[in-house]
Amino acid sequence: MPRYRDLTHTARPSDAPRVVDPKNPIRTTDPGALQMLEMIKDKNIETVYDRVVAQQPQCAFGYKGICCRICIAGPCRVKKEDGPGSRGICGASAYTIVSRNIVRMIAGGAASHSEHARHVLHTAHALVDGHADDYEIKSPAKLHKLAEKLGVATLDRGDKDILRDVVEIGYADFGRYQDRPLAFLDSFMTEGRRKKFQHTNIMPRNIDGSITELIAQTAMGVDSDPVNIIFGGLKSALADLGGEYIGTNLSDVLFGIPEPIVSEANLGVINPKMVNIAVHGHNPVLSEMVVAAARAMKEEAVKVGAEGVNIVGICCTGNELLMREGVYLATSSASQEMAILTGALDAMVVDIQCIYPAVQTIAECYHTKVITTEAIMKVPSAQHIAFNTTTAMEDAKKLIKIAIEAYKHRDPKKISIPNEKHKLVAGFSVEALTEIFSKINPERPISVLTDAIQSGQLKGVCLMAGCNNLKRAQDESHITVLKELVKNDVFVISTGCSSGAFAKFGLMSPLAVDTYAGEGLKSFIQTLEAANPQLATGLPLVFHVGSCVDNSRAVDLAVAMANELGVDIPKVPFVASAPEAMHEKAVAIGSWCITMGLPTHVGSLPPVEGSDLVYGITTQIAHDVFGGNFIFEVDPVIGASKLLDALEYRTWKLGIHRQTAEKNDTAIAQGW
Amino acid sequence: MSMEEIYADAIKDPNNQPKKLLRRTYDGTTIAMTYAEILLNRAIKDFGTEQEVGYPDTAYHLPVITCLSGEKVTKLGELVPILNRMRSQIRTELTFENARLWGESTLYAAEVIETINYLRGEEPKVKPWTGFLGDPIVRKHGIKMVDWTIPGVAVILGRAKDSQAAKKIVDNLMGKGFMIFLCDEVIEQLLEVNVKIGEDYIAFPLGNFTQIIHAVNYAFRAGLAFGGIPAGERENHRDYQRRRIRAFVLSLGETDDVKLAASMGAIFMGFPTISDQVLPEDMQIPDWYVSEPDYEKIVPLAMEVRGIKLTNIEIPIPVNFGPAFEGESIRKAETYVEFGGGRSTAFELVQSVGPDEVVDGQVTVIGPEIDTVPEGSRLPLGIRIDIFGRKMQDDFEGVLERRIHYFANYGEGIWHVAQRDLCWVRISKDARAKGFLIKHLGELLLAKLKQEFPAIVDRVQVTLITDQAAVEEGLVKARERYRARDDRMRSLTDESVEDFYSCLLCQSFAPNHVCIVTPERVGLCGAVSWLDAKASFEIAPNGPNQPIPKGPAIDELKGMWQSTNDYLFKASNNTLEEVNLYTLMDKPMTSCGCFEAIMAIVPEANGLMLTTREHSGMTPCGMTFSSLAGTCGGGMQTPGFMGIGRTYLLSKKFIPADGGLSRIVWMPKELKEFLREDFIQRSIDEGLGADFIDKIADESVGTTVEEIIPFLEENGHPCFNLEPLM
Repeated sequence: MPRYRDLTHTARPSDAPRVVDPKNPIRTTDPGALQMLEMIKDKNIETVYDRVVAQQPQCAFGYKGICCRICIAGPCRVKKEDGPGSRGICGASAYTIVSRNIVRMIAGGAASHSEHARHVLHTAHALVDGHADDYEIKSPAKLHKLAEKLGVATLDRGDKDILRDVVEIGYADFGRYQDRPLAFLDSFMTEGRRKKFQHTNIMPRNIDGSITELIAQTAMGVDSDPVNIIFGGLKSALADLGGEYIGTNLSDVLFGIPEPIVSEANLGVINPKMVNIAVHGHNPVLSEMVVAAARAMKEEAVKVGAEGVNIVGICCTGNELLMREGVYLATSSASQEMAILTGALDAMVVDIQCIYPAVQTIAECYHTKVITTEAIMKVPSAQHIAFNTTTAMEDAKKLIKIAIEAYKHRDPKKISIPNEKHKLVAGFSVEALTEIFSKINPERPISVLTDAIQSGQLKGVCLMAGCNNLKRAQDESHITVLKELVKNDVFVISTGCSSGAFAKFGLMSPLAVDTYAGEGLKSFIQTLEAANPQLATGLPLVFHVGSCVDNSRAVDLAVAMANELGVDIPKVPFVASAPEAMHEKAVAIGSWCITMGLPTHVGSLPPVEGSDLVYGITTQIAHDVFGGNFIFEVDPVIGASKLLDALEYRTWKLGIHRQTAEKNDTAIAQGW
Repeated sequence: MSMEEIYADAIKDPNNQPKKLLRRTYDGTTIAMTYAEILLNRAIKDFGTEQEVGYPDTAYHLPVITCLSGEKVTKLGELVPILNRMRSQIRTELTFENARLWGESTLYAAEVIETINYLRGEEPKVKPWTGFLGDPIVRKHGIKMVDWTIPGVAVILGRAKDSQAAKKIVDNLMGKGFMIFLCDEVIEQLLEVNVKIGEDYIAFPLGNFTQIIHAVNYAFRAGLAFGGIPAGERENHRDYQRRRIRAFVLSLGETDDVKLAASMGAIFMGFPTISDQVLPEDMQIPDWYVSEPDYEKIVPLAMEVRGIKLTNIEIPIPVNFGPAFEGESIRKAETYVEFGGGRSTAFELVQSVGPDEVVDGQVTVIGPEIDTVPEGSRLPLGIRIDIFGRKMQDDFEGVLERRIHYFANYGEGIWHVAQRDLCWVRISKDARAKGFLIKHLGELLLAKLKQEFPAIVDRVQVTLITDQAAVEEGLVKARERYRARDDRMRSLTDESVEDFYSCLLCQSFAPNHVCIVTPERVGLCGAVSWLDAKASFEIAPNGPNQPIPKGPAIDELKGMWQSTNDYLFKASNNTLEEVNLYTLMDKPMTSCGCFEAIMAIVPEANGLMLTTREHSGMTPCGMTFSSLAGTCGGGMQTPGFMGIGRTYLLSKKFIPADGGLSRIVWMPKELKEFLREDFIQRSIDEGLGADFIDKIADESVGTTVEEIIPFLEENGHPCFNLEPLM
């Protein structure tokens, strides 16, 4: 386990309340959302914030993970320290129950991300087979790079041919039965990680099999060894990462590698003069088509009196489009209902994940049409337009038509759009960051970042990711952790609804650098800007690397830094934080972060406290084995200071290992 | 007292067990066992059950397992039943008694995990990290550990409250002469504040996490190597650990379940753990797992709980002092001032004087003190030590003079090599910065001589001369004294003396071993000459060195006397009846475990080979030093094999019954270089010619019989013409 310089920082969380102000329904700090809540104050409209209050106090057994519902002899709860009451009916003790519950969440997360990946893969497959004429290989460069990593021949071959082989490998990764590692995972790792995963037997050979195996492993009457169960869970977590690699990389091939792009965020981007369509969920396959269709159908919108069609994003679909197309980001997950409350949203087109069933209930108070598009994602009484890659553009146009039709039924009395919107710069794929760094050092671009850390200008890198969790007010933890980190010269990259929070608050803009960045970070960003006059914009305080699937980009950066430093990832001053984790996907991501060797702060306690063993493994022993460990801390200020401590720990150790190696004229010690 | 009885008083009320500590220990055991199992079965999948496994440089296989269960594991598959046996001894009920077995299981798990790490080549260690410590290191320091020259062993793991606090603890322990094992961040903390750690300082930075097991497998090997306890005698090994290895564990910083389980492993061996954390009652076991957050009190408490009492005296010098610094070397760039070494005039001399010629306790410096000379200076040096003692004899001068080398090197930042008028001393910049003066070297020598030789040293004065003229004057007198001593030495032969001496020093760990030291056969450790033994007898008349009045020989050639046989029988606890001093083929002298070199026959060449503790490579008899030591150590007579001191090779009484020097067909290069000049002289004296040394094969020729025979034939080695050895 790591022991930090600050002796008050232990593996245990502080005493801060787990649910802040549980009776208060004003559970957001987002200025746009606050304006909406103010607006509906007297209107008897139920939102997510009310439901959080209604759920309090939440079940303490469930919260600690000691409620077992895996078979219908249960539910069983761990009620006592000793004796029959300390075990389930079958004899499963707390550590078995807690570990089974938590790894099943990993399975859920891995299933979600890989479902996303599978959809992108199917689209690419349809494209090479000639059944998806509306799509193209937008980035041959990415395809070639990817092919090279995967060992696919590229010489004298057409792009579609190459893509066909890449897709085959992707499919194989879903269902391989030989004892060979997941190709999309294996090809991106450091040598050290690859070996670590193989030696600890958590290197997955496929995605679907790992998830299925995990469910089988944790069924009633199978595995009761918590350590074995956790290792099984970690295998699925790595399968999740493999799925993310497939998702990100193939999306880049089909839709382009993100580049720095300027846009705006928060509810103020909803334009009263336009037909407004929110695309919500996670997958770019449909929403990219919606964007294209909207451009094509401007005239039809004009015909009904609008100035055009305005696509706005919510959640990670929003992030995907923001990164590649500069589409406005209306809001993030916890405030998704707020977009409908503006009264000017004509349609909400959703794909998968993080979509509250409640959007339909709220939409019923307005003219807004909620339209589901995926076979596995339907909402009673919402419209469903089955989306097919073969007829993608046609389907997208149908959706826009519904919105244009709905526009006619807007009730002007109900329109109330907050005048809250902020400029932002997004689009920082690792390729884009590398390009920016290469203007300073063309041979070894990543050394620009690692040198700044080693010289003390920067304290390290933090990936901020994850959801909203309303145990605290929405976005408060994201914003607080970010401010603490940047003040202390941490280079922050972000994904998902963490990005959403920063964008909505205006923190993803170059303007924020002066106000919030510490001197080191400020000078670092200034140096980058000075070397990159070709960029039409300044650089932001925090670098948006994409949707939650794009957390794989953060791994790419960590791997590149490790290779640059000549060490494995556990020695790289790189940490992760999910201040408001909520989804099963966050459990999967957090778990692979640990195995990748990243200290990972989580601001909302996952259900593991019911077993000291499981808690101890995740927060302490994981560090000894893999180099990463969870830092569970609900107070965002303390959480941030623990992250800074974790960075300091690494820089300190690496520095001493370097000095020692120089003194003794040896290679650098590889321990962490 | 049986091993289990020592825990009896720890838990006063069996209904009130330290539940929290026990539950976490149980959890940690579960984690360790399953982790070991996962790694093991994956490794079997990758390498197969027949894959060879083991640590480098050891003859004891996986020492924890060898010791406790006697299984000499060489293949991966053999670990499966062993690990399963350890899994099945884990009982869920939370009691201290069960917990000790969890601790034992955890030791096995850690040994399995580390074995697989070595198999995988994971985390290769770079200096100063050590990982597994090979047998040569165990042998080098092991005796001092079990005879308590090293007063105790501290195992420190975790991270101290800050680096200075870590340094303070370790400085304190080093000053007391402790052997130290380090694990986790405390290593980086010590490196940060430039504490000298590493193999040379008997402070071993093992690594992280399960690498703590290398402290355990080091300790267990002491029981096998020096205790002569057969592999697998679990209770006897535990008993040996508890009695002879005065170890304790300092657990610094926040702990975790696996560390708790490992600490319980230490408790299973009889070693207590002291934590620097504030712990509630249900996280402590009195005398065994104890909390002491005060850094001033943690070491004294640990020593008290483990029952370590120091006999060392405090010496008024501004640098640390102890065997930890014996191996420290000071490079030129680190040197503040140096003396001798052929670059300036120097000598050292111990002389026996009359009672009125010495002012007891006086240290005099003649010439400039080193604080008056600039950094990088080179000065002449004379070290003259005048001793009066009622029992002092002229013969002891050389014995005590040789101590200058050891005592001087005990000082941190002081480096001494060679002897007499060749002596060479360096004082480091660090030592100077701490205020070290040449006067302090005198204080140090004075204090140690009085402390270690109270029976023969009554009054001592030390004069340190740094004035050129005075050194030259002293040198002339010193050389006279050296000459006289050499003449006396030459007259000392096995024939010319009345008494031989025994040495039973090693019986503390090899109970039946008997060394017989004669003027022409140095003790096999290389450290006890006939004069040393004689002096030692004067110092401690009932001590380990006893005179054996020689009397008439039974066999002059092989070297058998009735007197030595009689002595041997009693001293070997009636297990050995006869011994020949001049042959290794017939009832040779026993070998304890600390011999400098070992000889073995090479029948194909009709000769003998020798290898040394320093040489870790393979040899033509098919065994490394470690394996050889493992086969014939422990106080047994093993014809055809014998442990010896290096310089015995230069003796006229070097196995005369077997043909002497001419039998040697192979030895490591390093030994050749070490002995070269004297060896050539001896070869000429024996009529073997000055080039005999080049006719002896070494590792550059080969390490198998097939490789060396053609070399011996080509070079005309005399071995083939000697009488058949067997």
